[in-house]
Amino acid sequence: MSLLLQILSRLMTMAVTLFGVAVIVFFVIRVVPGNPIAMMLPPGASVEDIARLEALYGFDKSIPEQFYIWLSGVLQGDFGTSITARQPVLDLVLSRLPATLELSVMALLIAIIMGGFMALAGTRMRGTKTEAIVDVTNGVALSVPDFLWGLVLVLLFGVLWPVFHISGRVSPALDLPFVTHFYLIESLLRLRFDIMADLLSHMFMPALALAIPLAAVIAQLLKQSLKETLHLDYVTLARTQGYSENQVILREALPNAVLPTLTLIGVQFTFLIGGTVIIERLFSYEGLGNMAIDAVINRDLPLIQGIVIMFALIFTVVNRLVDLTYALLNPRLRNG
Amino acid sequence: MSFLTINNLSAHIGKRKILRDVSLSVQAGEVCGLVGESGAGKSMIGKAVLGTLPRAIIATGGEIILDGENLQDLTPTQRRQVIGAKTALIPQDPLTALNPSRRVGAQITNRLVDILGWSKSAAQHRALDLLGEVQINDPERVMLCYPHELSGGMRQRLLIAAAFAAEPRLIIADEPTTALDVTVQKQILRLIKEMQNRYGTALLFVTHDLGVVAKVCQSLLVLYEGMVLERTTVQDFFTGPLHPYSRALLETTPKYTDPTGSLTPIPPQILDAVRAEIVAYDQAHAHV
Amino acid sequence: MAEARAKITRPIGLRLWLSAGWLIALVLTTLLAPVLAPQDPLAQDLFTSRLPPFWIDGSEPGYPLGSDSLGRDVLSRMMYGGRVALSVALIAGTLTCLLGASLGLIAGYFRGWPDIIISRLVDIWMAFPPVLFAILLIAVLGTGLTSIIIAIVVIDWTRFARVVRAEAIGQGAMDYVASAQVAGHRRFGIMVQEILPNVLPTICVLLTLEMGIAVIVEAILSFVNLSISTDQPTWGGMISEGRLSIHQAWWVLVFPLIILFLTVLSFSQLGEGLKDRFDPVLK
Repeated sequence: MSLLLQILSRLMTMAVTLFGVAVIVFFVIRVVPGNPIAMMLPPGASVEDIARLEALYGFDKSIPEQFYIWLSGVLQGDFGTSITARQPVLDLVLSRLPATLELSVMALLIAIIMGGFMALAGTRMRGTKTEAIVDVTNGVALSVPDFLWGLVLVLLFGVLWPVFHISGRVSPALDLPFVTHFYLIESLLRLRFDIMADLLSHMFMPALALAIPLAAVIAQLLKQSLKETLHLDYVTLARTQGYSENQVILREALPNAVLPTLTLIGVQFTFLIGGTVIIERLFSYEGLGNMAIDAVINRDLPLIQGIVIMFALIFTVVNRLVDLTYALLNPRLRNG
Repeated sequence: MSFLTINNLSAHIGKRKILRDVSLSVQAGEVCGLVGESGAGKSMIGKAVLGTLPRAIIATGGEIILDGENLQDLTPTQRRQVIGAKTALIPQDPLTALNPSRRVGAQITNRLVDILGWSKSAAQHRALDLLGEVQINDPERVMLCYPHELSGGMRQRLLIAAAFAAEPRLIIADEPTTALDVTVQKQILRLIKEMQNRYGTALLFVTHDLGVVAKVCQSLLVLYEGMVLERTTVQDFFTGPLHPYSRALLETTPKYTDPTGSLTPIPPQILDAVRAEIVAYDQAHAHV
Repeated sequence: MAEARAKITRPIGLRLWLSAGWLIALVLTTLLAPVLAPQDPLAQDLFTSRLPPFWIDGSEPGYPLGSDSLGRDVLSRMMYGGRVALSVALIAGTLTCLLGASLGLIAGYFRGWPDIIISRLVDIWMAFPPVLFAILLIAVLGTGLTSIIIAIVVIDWTRFARVVRAEAIGQGAMDYVASAQVAGHRRFGIMVQEILPNVLPTICVLLTLEMGIAVIVEAILSFVNLSISTDQPTWGGMISEGRLSIHQAWWVLVFPLIILFLTVLSFSQLGEGLKDRFDPVLK
């Protein structure tokens, strides 16, 4: 199959998935009990007021009609207006998206460093007590979800040793001379290291909570893959050439061991992104996930739709990126 | 003075013995064959010398003396350096013996630069020369290829080139033609013999094929279940071996001169006799 | 080699016994809560508010692990909270397993259209962030134990479906299935009688995992105040309240957290331990 066809078929699958998500979320939340419009108006509102507002948001039409209107809007970039914030949904979503992206990427980096280190240490020390300790620690980290780790971190570093912030994205007192909502990136580019330090101090705990389960997955998969790779002939050959154990693990085994683990790690990363919903809430971090919870509680239908679609889009994009990375790194696929 | 001397090397895995009191010596520039059926322990001897025995296998007793140094006396780091500097391996399977993520040229030059301290350009030149010696056409292009882009025969030539790159004094060839097509085997064998001649390297040649031994080796050892049954020169072996097992082994080899002759397996009595020898040895060493 | 193997089996046995032991102790404690609990979990008393646990000055005998801001005993509330957690774990876990495993078996064995539809559904489902999906469903279904169970089943069936489907495909390609088909057995019968037993160990392992997940989902929902609507104690609810008074009464957060931690860990390790037991080839 030619490359173009492959890309097209991938895009089709993505589109179908996103469409499916849109349908589900659209219809599910319209079954929601409680009239969001009525909730917005003061108790004594007249029937005409409610009806007018309903017409404004299109709730007076049938559900399939509403879906058609909404979908055609989406395809032109209009995601509707938030009921609670009275602003375009797209603007709201895009304003909170950078915070969640920065948090997720930071968690990913922490997970790679932690997990990679554990995998390498466990491999280097295989057959010893150290490896057993690594395995047990990993097992615990693997079994406990990010929510619990978040709570543990809140306790440890919020109460016992208040080193890091456990609430919010940035200290309120700081004045932020930023253009975008990518605070961390901008603070780096503008060389405002004071702001950057503050941001990192707020981000570290939630990112760590998100990272721990992913780090455990990485550690387990990578260690397994490394151990299998170390049995291969080219590794033995390198040993006879005089390379030390460390060199053999890092130079020969590691590059080849990483590849088979990429797809699974990519999937786990999407789970991590899903976890931002509750972790952001726990740490009062002003990201997309936190906004989503409020949107549901307030029955802000257009906003809920917009956020869910955005998450679905992020997931599919991440999956495609993982596939792309795999294809790029695999010499066989690159040339063959 | 022999370059490699092994005295009374034994090895076991759990309760099972892999090597039973193996002794051999290889002179500088000599080609010595290690012959035996699968599982006879011939590969293990090579691995013991190179220090690549699987973790579960434990070598006991005996000494391995390489160029005057007893390898068991060295620290792991020293041993690794000696092996890296003075020996090389031609592995069995060219498919799995090359790192799939690295260009083949680098797989020859890397050890020269990293371990032996050569300059990058010197290593490059040497690699190109070697590719010519192993009769690979268009060496500049091949250097930049990945292993999966080359045929099995080319890969084995590459591994041979890599083995001779640092001009080692001893090469362990672990059944280097077994994984190749029959048509390619002869070429590779001839190539190994040529290179060995040119560089005067001692060669420990592990094989189950007596025909190969006849072509390449000067001396040989016959192994069965880790025990050396016979140690002799190639000439003496093919004119009249001493051990009944060796004789039976010769008999089983299909002959060009008698294409219609049926394949004769080794007679069970001889196998029983050999096993009895082994049992006797085990009992004698049971208290150890 | 034999020594190395023996060393491996011992830790495995240990893991299985520890986790099973904890879970059994938990079940017993929650079942006997009316007898064991020192106080009425709902009884508020401002005179006994924010009492510390027994080893700290200022504690009182009837409140071994302290009390919360409304004077309710932490230990008693934890015991009753365990009832909610375990019922959710058992019921939601089992139902999710039934739904997901069935769909996975059908998709993996029959392939064709059922597989295409089910796989597509799984893809769409996995594009939803699970917590958001759960909160959304609760908003639709209203709070309450039934809603939570339904929400968990609706969201997490994919976990079983994916894995069971993969295993069913693998088993379906094997010779014993081919011979059964040639012998003329009905395909549905083959699926139930030949393939299912071979997939059962994996399903059991996933089931214990799912129970742990169910407990967590309930805790998260309680944490955002979307669980059961009465003031019946739940671990997540206690954690949520404890979070607010974390500086004044840390024990309200810490103890339910520990219990939750150990319970989820136990479910997970139980699964791992079972997986090792089922594995015919001990590496």
